Amino acid sequence: MTEIFGKPLPVIMGQLLIGLINGSFYALLSLGLAVIFGLLNIINFTHGAQYMMGAFAAYFLLNKLGLNYWWALALAPLAVGASGVVIERLMLSRLYKLDHLYGLLLTFGIALVIQGGFRHEFGSAGLPYSIPAQLEGGQNLGFMFLPNYRAWVIFASLVVCLGTWFVIERTKLGAYLRAATENPAMVQAFGINVPRMITLTYGFGVALAGLAGVMAAPIYQVNPLMGADTIIVVFAVVVIGGMGSIMGAVVTGFGLGVIEGLTKVFYPEASNTVIFVIMAIVLMIRPQGLFGSR
Amino acid sequence: MTFKRKLISTAAMLALSAGAAHAQISGNVVRIGVLNDQSGTYADLAGPGSTLAAKMAVEDFMAKDKSLKVEVVFADHQNKPDVGSQIARKWFDSDGVDVIVDVPTSSVALAVNQIAKEKGKALIVSTGASSDLTGKACTPNTIHWTYDTWQLANGTGSAIVKTGGSTWFFLTADYAFGHALERDTEAVVTKSGGKVLGKVRHPFPSSDFSSFLLQAQASKAKIIGLANAGADTTNAIKQAAEFGIVKGGQNLAGLLVFLTDVHALGLEKAQGLIFTESFYWDLNEQTRAWSKRYGAQHGGKMPSMGQAGVYSGVLHYLKAVAALKSDDGTKVIAKMKEMPTDDPLFGKGKIRADGRKIHDSYLFEVKKPSESKGPWDYYKVRATVPAEQAFRPMVEGGCPLAK
Repeated sequence: MTEIFGKPLPVIMGQLLIGLINGSFYALLSLGLAVIFGLLNIINFTHGAQYMMGAFAAYFLLNKLGLNYWWALALAPLAVGASGVVIERLMLSRLYKLDHLYGLLLTFGIALVIQGGFRHEFGSAGLPYSIPAQLEGGQNLGFMFLPNYRAWVIFASLVVCLGTWFVIERTKLGAYLRAATENPAMVQAFGINVPRMITLTYGFGVALAGLAGVMAAPIYQVNPLMGADTIIVVFAVVVIGGMGSIMGAVVTGFGLGVIEGLTKVFYPEASNTVIFVIMAIVLMIRPQGLFGSR
Repeated sequence: MTFKRKLISTAAMLALSAGAAHAQISGNVVRIGVLNDQSGTYADLAGPGSTLAAKMAVEDFMAKDKSLKVEVVFADHQNKPDVGSQIARKWFDSDGVDVIVDVPTSSVALAVNQIAKEKGKALIVSTGASSDLTGKACTPNTIHWTYDTWQLANGTGSAIVKTGGSTWFFLTADYAFGHALERDTEAVVTKSGGKVLGKVRHPFPSSDFSSFLLQAQASKAKIIGLANAGADTTNAIKQAAEFGIVKGGQNLAGLLVFLTDVHALGLEKAQGLIFTESFYWDLNEQTRAWSKRYGAQHGGKMPSMGQAGVYSGVLHYLKAVAALKSDDGTKVIAKMKEMPTDDPLFGKGKIRADGRKIHDSYLFEVKKPSESKGPWDYYKVRATVPAEQAFRPMVEGGCPLAK
């Protein structure tokens, strides 16, 4: 059997694929953060809580309304996005003129309140959510058994990431958005409702978190703390990729997932820290991040 | 005149001595500190439910004996030894806490174990697991109440090897508890003629086990032993199903599974799991009655064995304090070891010199969804291990108190 650094090749191939799956979640979440930071200049610490809300929304849709996973995929992001719109209108919109720090503190506080509320209501052990029947089972790839659902996660996440990148970088709507962040007054003068556009952008970024939450529900438990555990890593991903860079967020998301996966083969104990080590190195060598321009 | 003076002085002496007897209870209040994970991975299996169990014990004790004034306080150690140590020191030094109970997360329990000894206070560990608490780390101030890693390993490990699970791969939480559970289980597996093919240690806590499960799969071991707990165990079981591990012919052994974990997994995923516990709410009339009372105050949830152990431990502690008329930590623990234990949840039992509380242990199997008659009807008893055989013999533990 072929070996690399004393590990059989099939094991490494398997871990690479697993890394891609985890990377899909990092990419989806950091994409939302990057969109929000790029266009609103808000560091959205509520993102983890909103990811968790997406998973809970899926759970409620199934258990209270009897709507299955596919409905949840469409409805949960809408619901979470709508809650984001409310937060933006009522609170965040008052902070744009102030330092970043205020937005960070506010969103962090909101995250704690939401998480605390869910924990109080549902406990911390988590609620079960099953994989949709259509995606049960898996394929034997020879070197590993790939569950269908995980393959679906990679596929869906790639489509969403590339679609978002395309809309923002290659369409007229995206051009308005980018222009509005450079010079809101000028864009407003052209007859475009900039505050509404910003509100919807925040709603969209948050909806992405909700979507990631729905996709995570069948794999991990629906758990009030699922976001708090993930969000720290995702922030590291965003910092490494460069704050506000959309392509950077997607590429580093997938890339770091793979690196983390490989760490789990060679030195599992370090798999929690490897991303932060990389972050520290990147910050020393290239403080603006790998894909950042400033 | 002299007679009167004599009378007064006698009265004064009596009053003084009565006062002195009272002063044996520090601050005139017996303060019980429930120290556990109130909000994280282990919050459902211990957490606020343990605080409730402690309060119920106080209530039940007071119903029969009103001589003591008792207070229950609680705090969140966040599964971090430094946070737990800080709380324990503050409780003992300035807040007048006389006994700390529960303490899940072995790394925290071992740290508080040392502090209790240093300060001459009492510690009753219920949800903490490491068998070192009554082994090389034993102290005259600690009682290990509910279960330990040796008991789990012995109960589950030997049962599985006997039914053909001869080769093992361990998935171990990378801290004191996981290491102890892995060590104790490995010893049992090897002793029963099995073989350990490999192990991987995962960070605590983890949410994604896929890559560790792949390594377990590649090992081709018949049994994948989960030396972890709480959400780590349930996530690992859930993801193992997804990767077709059980369908591929390998079996999972949950080495520490709590009722709350089975509840979180759902019967569909948990059915057939075999594991060891010291308590189940549906064992007999008394456990059912108590658990019903507990559930009524806890959103209908049934108690885990850790929570039941907190009740039983606190009840026995208060009996010892009342008998001794003192809450001096070292003396109360000695008294607790002297007195036989008896409560509705664990029945009659005793505490050994090394601090190990002895009672029956059960090998449970999770019911199929079709066998379950209602909410929380999850276990059937496969075997009962009598108290004398359930725990590690004292001589093997290496505890100096055992000699």
